[in-house]
Amino acid sequence: MSQAKEADLHVWRGDGNGGGLVRYAVPLRDSQTVLDAVTWIQRRLEPGLSFRFACRVGMCGTCAMTVNGKPRWTCRTRLKDVVENGRVVIAPLENLPVIKDLACDFSSFFGKWGKAGGRFAATATRLDAVAAIRPDSRRRRLADAGIECINCGVCYSACDVVRWNPAYLGPAALNRSWTLVNDERDGGREKRLRAVAGAGGCHNCHSHQGCATLCPNELNPTLSIAGLKRATALAVLKGEM
Amino acid sequence: MIGVRLYLAQRLSALILAPLVAGHLAVIFYAVQGGLDGAEILSRTQGSVGFALFYGLFVIAVSVHGAIGLRVVVHEHLKLAGRTLDGFTLATGAVLLGLGLRACVAVVG
Amino acid sequence: MIKPHRNHPLWLAFLLHRLSGVCLALYLPVHFLVLGLAIDETARLGGVLRWSETLPVEMAVMGLVFLLAVHLFGGLRLLVLEFLDWHDRQKSVAAAAVALSFAAAAAFFLQVI
Repeated sequence: MSQAKEADLHVWRGDGNGGGLVRYAVPLRDSQTVLDAVTWIQRRLEPGLSFRFACRVGMCGTCAMTVNGKPRWTCRTRLKDVVENGRVVIAPLENLPVIKDLACDFSSFFGKWGKAGGRFAATATRLDAVAAIRPDSRRRRLADAGIECINCGVCYSACDVVRWNPAYLGPAALNRSWTLVNDERDGGREKRLRAVAGAGGCHNCHSHQGCATLCPNELNPTLSIAGLKRATALAVLKGEM
Repeated sequence: MIGVRLYLAQRLSALILAPLVAGHLAVIFYAVQGGLDGAEILSRTQGSVGFALFYGLFVIAVSVHGAIGLRVVVHEHLKLAGRTLDGFTLATGAVLLGLGLRACVAVVG
Repeated sequence: MIKPHRNHPLWLAFLLHRLSGVCLALYLPVHFLVLGLAIDETARLGGVLRWSETLPVEMAVMGLVFLLAVHLFGGLRLLVLEFLDWHDRQKSVAAAAVALSFAAAAAFFLQVI
């Protein structure tokens, strides 16, 4: 049986006002990623096709798209692995406004990062000695578990609580908040716990665990959010909040 | 659409309900195993302080738990928000509490 | 058709918890109203209870026992997830919760028939 030489890429084209899938036939190559295929379309067939990418090697977190209904890094997804019956559907990330074609507006995503207390609150200056934190301390290990997030938006796009409750801060922002709650150098704990305890805060998470299932960096935002739920609940019970 | 206080109420009521629901399941099993009819059930429940406390607490906890649970569902799927959502939550809790306590009085009193 | 990003066991566990919760919340007022018949109207309650011994109703009650059990065990799963240290056997725990609920409903059904 000879292998198929081409795949049909059904690529979402449009903008904030709407759009639909457009079919492009793309030749299949060895080791070709979905990002390679989308780039091929832009160079050979449709120069107007808009999408984002930078590093191409899974470090920058800009090339995430919805591939066959699941959000993924297109630079780390081999086309042959996702072709089903000669066909792949490529769409922009969900839960974010589309700017054009496959490029989304991340303003709300990063806005919520700030609302969840994502900014480090320094307690020392550059004139102070470097804080000594034991690598095996509990809080350091808790922070470590979530710190490799590169804000690609895959978890946010996969989260049904964000879809159903647009005020919800989302897995990435809350994961960031949890890493800072466990940062011994940080002085913003109380304010941060308040920030994640409101109407759109961590308590709205239903532990679907889509974020943990789909995170390309194998992080577990559900675990981080559970930590925030516990920390805020304890703060209320102790009368600190 | 819940903050930390409604979350705490939801989880604390769940913690109270867990053993009560297990007990309620045991009561159901006991009743069907003995093949009890309505009069027999009532003869055992009427005047029983244990039953009154057990199901009184059950009704209070389930009113809190059910009202907050439905609040989340109607916000997420029917887009109720703000005062309408708060009103819905309170009304749901009040209906469950009222009907539940009435049932308790009927069965125990 | 279930959306691809939801196609994993823990999302189905959520769905089961939500549906069982909504069904129980809708059933509860009816349950309370029927029990309320015991006030001065023991005869009518007896009538309802006799009606409840017909097979279709017993099947429905078995369904309710399943819903109650699955909401209880699924809820305990969530409490463990949120309040105890994280464990990596989430799918196994969810499966065990469903299995226990089926066992409870089946045991109930075997008792009544």
